[in-house]
Amino acid sequence: MARISTLPSRLAALGILLTVLLGGALAAHAQDARDFDALVAGLNAKSFKAKIKAVDVLAASGHERAAEVLTVFLGGKLFARRSDGRIFMTERSGGVYLLTDAVTGADAGQASGKKLRKVRLNNRVRVAIRTALGGLTLLSPDPAKRSAAADAVFKSPNAGFLPTLEAAIARETVEKIKIKLTMTRAAVRLKTGKTDEIKLAAIGTLSDLATPASRALLAGVVHAEGGNAISEAAAEALADIERKLAFWNAVGNIFQGLSLGSVLLLAAVGLAITFGVMGVINMAHGELVMLGAYTTFVIQEIFRTHFPGLFDWSIIVALPCAFAVSGAFGIAIERGIIRYLYGRPLETLLATWGLSLILQQLVRSIFGPTNREVGSPSWMSGSMEIAGGFVLTFNRAWIILFSLLVLAALIVVFKKTAFGLQMRAVTQNRAMAGSMGIRTGWVDAMTFGLGAGIAGVAGVALSQIDNVSPNLGQAYIIDSFMVVVFGGVGNLWGTLVGAFTLGVVNKFLEPFAGAVLAKILVLVVIILFIQKRPRGLFALRGRAVEN
Amino acid sequence: MNRAVPQRRSGFSFLLTDRGGQILLSVLLVLIIAVPVLNLWVPESSPFHVPTFVVSLLGKYLAFALLALSVDLIWGFAGILSLGHGAFFALGGYAMGMHLMREIGDRGVYGNPILPDFMVFLNWKELPWYWFGFDMFWFAMLMVVVVPGALAFLFGWLAFRSRVTGVYLSIITQALTFALMLAFFRNDMGFGGNNGLTDFKDVLGFNLQSDATRVGLFVATALLLALSYALCRLIVTSRLGSVLVAIRDAESRTRFLGYRVEHYQLFVFTVSAALAGIAGALYVPQVGIINPSEFTPANSIEIVIWVAIGGRGTLYGAVLGAVIVNFAKTYLTGAFPDIWLYFLGAMFVLVTIFLPKGLVGTLPAFPSLSRKSAAKPRHVSPGARPVRQAAPGE
Amino acid sequence: MKKNLLSLAAAGAFAVSMALSGAANAADTIKVGVLHSLSGTMAISETTLKDTMLMLVDDLNKKGGLLGKKVEAVVVDPASNWPLFAEKMRELLSVHKVDVVFGNWTSVSRKSVLPVVEELNGLLFYPVQYEGEESSRNVFYTGAAPNQQAIPAVEYLMSEDGGEAKRWVLLGTDYVYPRTTNKILRAFLKSKGVAEEDIMENYTPFGHSDWQTIVAEVKKFASAGKKTAVVSTINGDANVPFYKELGNQGIKAEDIPVVAFSVGEEELAGLDTTPLVGHLAAWNYFMSVEDRNNEAFIKKWHAFIKDEKRVTNDPMEAHYIGFNMWVQAVKQAGTTQVDAVRQAMYGQKFPNLTGGVAVMNTNHHLSKPVLIGEIQPDGQFDTVWQTDGVVKGDAWSDFIPESAKLTADWTFPWVCGNCTEPKFKTLIN
Repeated sequence: MARISTLPSRLAALGILLTVLLGGALAAHAQDARDFDALVAGLNAKSFKAKIKAVDVLAASGHERAAEVLTVFLGGKLFARRSDGRIFMTERSGGVYLLTDAVTGADAGQASGKKLRKVRLNNRVRVAIRTALGGLTLLSPDPAKRSAAADAVFKSPNAGFLPTLEAAIARETVEKIKIKLTMTRAAVRLKTGKTDEIKLAAIGTLSDLATPASRALLAGVVHAEGGNAISEAAAEALADIERKLAFWNAVGNIFQGLSLGSVLLLAAVGLAITFGVMGVINMAHGELVMLGAYTTFVIQEIFRTHFPGLFDWSIIVALPCAFAVSGAFGIAIERGIIRYLYGRPLETLLATWGLSLILQQLVRSIFGPTNREVGSPSWMSGSMEIAGGFVLTFNRAWIILFSLLVLAALIVVFKKTAFGLQMRAVTQNRAMAGSMGIRTGWVDAMTFGLGAGIAGVAGVALSQIDNVSPNLGQAYIIDSFMVVVFGGVGNLWGTLVGAFTLGVVNKFLEPFAGAVLAKILVLVVIILFIQKRPRGLFALRGRAVEN
Repeated sequence: MNRAVPQRRSGFSFLLTDRGGQILLSVLLVLIIAVPVLNLWVPESSPFHVPTFVVSLLGKYLAFALLALSVDLIWGFAGILSLGHGAFFALGGYAMGMHLMREIGDRGVYGNPILPDFMVFLNWKELPWYWFGFDMFWFAMLMVVVVPGALAFLFGWLAFRSRVTGVYLSIITQALTFALMLAFFRNDMGFGGNNGLTDFKDVLGFNLQSDATRVGLFVATALLLALSYALCRLIVTSRLGSVLVAIRDAESRTRFLGYRVEHYQLFVFTVSAALAGIAGALYVPQVGIINPSEFTPANSIEIVIWVAIGGRGTLYGAVLGAVIVNFAKTYLTGAFPDIWLYFLGAMFVLVTIFLPKGLVGTLPAFPSLSRKSAAKPRHVSPGARPVRQAAPGE
Repeated sequence: MKKNLLSLAAAGAFAVSMALSGAANAADTIKVGVLHSLSGTMAISETTLKDTMLMLVDDLNKKGGLLGKKVEAVVVDPASNWPLFAEKMRELLSVHKVDVVFGNWTSVSRKSVLPVVEELNGLLFYPVQYEGEESSRNVFYTGAAPNQQAIPAVEYLMSEDGGEAKRWVLLGTDYVYPRTTNKILRAFLKSKGVAEEDIMENYTPFGHSDWQTIVAEVKKFASAGKKTAVVSTINGDANVPFYKELGNQGIKAEDIPVVAFSVGEEELAGLDTTPLVGHLAAWNYFMSVEDRNNEAFIKKWHAFIKDEKRVTNDPMEAHYIGFNMWVQAVKQAGTTQVDAVRQAMYGQKFPNLTGGVAVMNTNHHLSKPVLIGEIQPDGQFDTVWQTDGVVKGDAWSDFIPESAKLTADWTFPWVCGNCTEPKFKTLIN
C-alpha cells in the first residue's frame, strides 16, 4: 500500500525533472551538430533508464532531425553499427539493410544484418518517445499527427507541454482536434496545476469527456488526492462519466452481438442452402469454409510476392476465388458422393463426415499443421472510437455489412433468377420439375455448389478474425447447425434472424455469466426452444414438412 | 402383431433365432475363457501369450461395442438418431471415475483423505454435495445407470412429447453433448475440468495396474456386453420391439393406430442411455482417464459411424463395426501416423456409398442365412423396409 | 458358423501378431518413441516437435549413433485424444519396446500417460511449460515450471523498466495450467501488496474466438487510474483471435501490456504482429537470441524441414536439451536401461541455445535461464530482460500452502516426488 501512495509523488518528481531538462534544452538549442551526434548516440545506452533520458534530451534539443530520429526509433528501425557504434536509420530491402546516417540524414549505403545491432527499446521507452514526439508534433501541419500528439500528451501530462499546447490551441482550425487539445490542456492543468482553482476548472472541462482515458485520469486523481475538494469534484465528474460510459457500453454490447451474429450468419448461410433447401446434412461444410480461408491465404501469398503494392485488394480478389474453389469442391462432392445418397439424409451425414476428415488432412499435408498468416487490408484494420469508449472495429463492421450483402445476393438469386426458380421447383417437386424439362441432376449439383461457394466466401471473412488452420471448420460446424435449426430449416430469413438473435443474446449474457456459461445457456435455450417450436423460428408449412 | 409373440416359445428362442448374434455370443464366450488363460497362465515367451496391452485394448473395443449396441438399439430399431450418445457414455464414465477417485483415499499427491487432488490445489475446502455417496461402490454403480438414464428420460420426455424427430432431434442431441462438454470443461463444476479424473489406484481393492485386474475388467466387459446384447435382443423381438420398428418406418401411421409413440420412444431411449452409461463405466478403469473431451460432438458422430459401418439394425453389426473401426484406428495411428486420416475418412465414405447394409451385409456366411428366412430380411438399410415385417394385417 | 469362428480367430491372431511385430528387431537398434499429436486440435503445435525429434535422431545417426547402434524414431499419432495417449504410450513401451519417449504437450495428456509410464517403468521427456505440482520418477520435465516463467514475468512488469504495473488482469483458458498458474500468481501478487480489487481473473473455453466482450472489459478495468497489465495463459488456438481483437480495438502495449506464457514464435507466425509490438512473452528460449549454438540449431532446422521461413520455439529447445542430456546419460551409463539412465541424468549438463548451461536437477526439472521478450513487427521476440544465471525449476510451488510443504528429490535420502520427509532416515534400513 505504501508503494501506491508514492506513485503520484514520483510522477511529480518526473515532471520537475522534465522541466529542468527542458530548461536546459533551450540552452542546448544553440549548440552545434557535434552535440546532436552525442545525443543520438545516447539512445544506444545500456539501460532503458538512460535511453529514456536520452530521448527526453533529444526531444528537448529542438534539433530539426530529432522528430525523425525518434519516429524511426519508435518504429524499431534504428540500428547501431557493430564496428563503431554509429547510429543509422535503416530500411530492410531483401537480405540487406539500406542505411541513412541518423545524425546527418545522409545516405550511407547498405550493410548486412550481421554488421548491425538493433537499438533496443521497450514499452517504457516507447511511452517516452511517444510523449516526446507528442510535444514535438503538436504543431505539425498534419491534422492526424496533431490528434495523435494530443492523445499522447493526454496520457503523460506534464507542465513542460503547456506553452506548446496553448500555441496549438490558438492555431488549431479543426474543431474536433481543438476539443481534444483543450481536454489535453485540462489534463495537464489537473495534473500539474498550482492552485485548486485551476484544478477544479480542469475537472469541470474534463467531465464533458466520457472516455476510458478521462476515466482513468480522474480515477487516479480521486485515488491520489483522497478526501479534499478536488477529489470530491473529481469523484462527481467520474460518476457522470461512468453513466455515459454505461450507455455506450450497452451500445457496444449490441454491436458485439451483431458482429457475432454476422459471423454465425456467414458460417450458417451456406448450410442453410445445402441443409435447409436440399436436405443434405453436410458435415464437411466447415471444411469448405476452411478451404475459403486457405484460398485467401494463397491469394495473399501471390500478392505478397508479386504485387505487394496492391495488397489491400487481395481480399477483394480472394472472394471470387474462394467462391470458385469451394464451389468446385462442392460440385465434386455432390457428383461424387451425395447424389448416390439422396433420400438417405442421415447417410449423407456419415459420408460427409468421412470427407471432412480427408479434407482436414489434405490441408494439413499441403499447408502444414500450423496457423497460416492472413493479413488484413488497411481498410479493414484498426478502429474508430465513436464515443464513450465504444470502439467500432473496422473488420467487424465490414463483416456485418458483408454478411448482409451475401444474404441479399442469395435472396436475389433465389427469387429473381431462372436458376433460382429451377432450384425451388426441384426442391418442391422433383418429379414434376423433371418432367417440365429441368435437368434436376444439374440443378442439384449447382445448388450444392452454390451453398459450398458461399461457405468459401464465409471463409474469406472468417480468416480476418480467426485462425487459419486445419481446425478452422470444426470450430463453426455445430454453431452453424444450431443457427439453421433455430431459425427454421429451409428459410433464409430464419437463418438471418436466428444468427443475429443468438449473437446478441450471447453477448448480453456474457458480461454476467462469463463466456462459457453464456454459451451453455444459449445451447439450453435452443434445446428448450425446439421443444416449443419443433420446426424452428420460421417453420415451413404444408406438405413438404412431412418429409 | 401376433407373429412376434410365438417366436418366444421357449425361454431363449429370442437369442437362438439370430445367427449373427449366436456367432457374437460364441466369440465372446471364447474370449472370456481364452484371454485370461493366454494372458495369465501362458508364459510371456510363448507365441500364444496375449500381452496385457492387447487385453486392455480388447477391453476398450468391447466397451465401445457396448456403446455402439446402445446406439443401434434406438437408431436401428426405433429410428431415433442420437448424435449425443457420447454424453451418456461420458456421464457413466464420470460416475465410475468419481468412485475410483474416492477410492484413491489419502494416496493422492497431497495426501488428503477426502478431497481429490484437483480440489486440493483449487483450494476447495470440502467435498461438493454431488460427490457424496460415490465412495460406495454400489451407489456409484447405481449412478452409472441412473444419471444417464435420468438425463435421457428428461431430454426424451421433452423432445418426444413435442414430436421433435429426425434431423431436428439429431441436432439438439448434438447441442446437448456440446453444452455438457462446455460445462464439464469448467473447473468450477468440480469434476476436474479439462484434466478430468485420472491417476486411479484400484477398484474394489484390486490394483488397477495388475494384469489380473485388467483381465478381470476385460471379462466383466465381455460378460456385460453379452448380457446387454441379450437384453437388446429381448426388447427388439418382443411386441414392444415390433411397435418400435413400426414407429421407425411410419411414425404417424403407428400413432393413428392408437399407440402412444412417445412412450415407446422414451422407454427405449432411456434404456439405451443407461447401456451407454454402463459402457462408459467399463471404459474408464481400462483406459485410466475420463475427461470432458469424451463429450465432444465429433465423438458422438463417430459412434453412429461404427454402427453404420457394421450394419444398422442388426445389433451384432454394431458390435462388429465398433471393434473394426477402433482396431483400424489403433493400427493406422501406429503404422501411418501422418496420413491415417485419409484411410479412415475414405473408409467412412466408401462404406456408406457401397455398403448400405454395412459390413455384415458382405460376410460370406450371411446370404445363406437370409435365404433360409427370406420372409424376414435381417439387414436393413435405413429408409428401406423394416427388419421384421409386422404389418397390421399379419 | 465354424468357418466364421475360424476366420474371426484368424483375424484376432493377426491383430496380436501385428501388434507384436514391432518387438522383433528390438535388439538391433535403440528406439526413441515420439508421442506427439499429428492430427486433431493439438497437431498445430505438436507436429513441429515430432519433426524436431526426427531431426535430432537423424543428426545423432549421422554422428555414428549411440553405443555403436543406430537410433530409430518410432512415431505414433495419439490424435489429440487423451485416452489414446495412454494407449499409445503402452504400445510404445510394451510393443515397440522403446528405450525412451519424447512427447506430450497438454497437461491432460501427460496426466493420462503418467500411470502407464510408471507402471511399465518407462522414461518420458516432457518439453512444455506447465503448471508444476508434479514430480514423477519416470518423467523428466524439460519445460518451464511456474517459477521459471510466470513469476519472473510478473516481477518484470512490476519493475520500473516493465512499467510498474499496479493492477492485474489474469486471462486464461479454463484448464488446469492457467488455473494453477493464476492461483500461484494471485498469492504472489498479494504478497507484494496488490489489493484484491486490483486483480481480475477471467476464464474462457478452449478455442474461444470471440474476444470482443472480454477485451472491452479489460479496457474498462484498465481505466481506473492505475497502470494495468494483462497476464495471459490463453491456450494455443484462441490466441490469434485474441491478439487480432487487441490490435483492432487499439490496445497498445504501452498502455496495457499483455504478457503471455503460451505464445511463442510458432503462434505468432499465424498473424500480422505490427499492431502487437511491445506485448510480451516469458520463455526460456527465443529464436532471436544471438548465440552460436542457436544459429547452428536454426540452420540445421531450416535444412531439415526444407523451409527457410519456419521458426524455432521454446519447446523445441526443451527437446533439444532433453534429447542431448539423455544421449549423454546413456553414454555414461553404457546402457539404455531406464533405471541406470535415470541415475545418470541427475546433474547432467548441456549448453542452452541462449547461452549458459542447463542442469538437470534431482527433482527432474531443469535449471534454465528465464527471458522476457517483446513482440517485434517481424514476429520475433526482442529480449528486454533476462535472469543473470539459471533458475531452478520448482516441482512444488512455494505459493500454494499444500504444495509448499512437499519436496521432490529422487536421490538419497529422499527418493520421492511428493514427500514431507525423506523416505530413508539412515543408511541401514
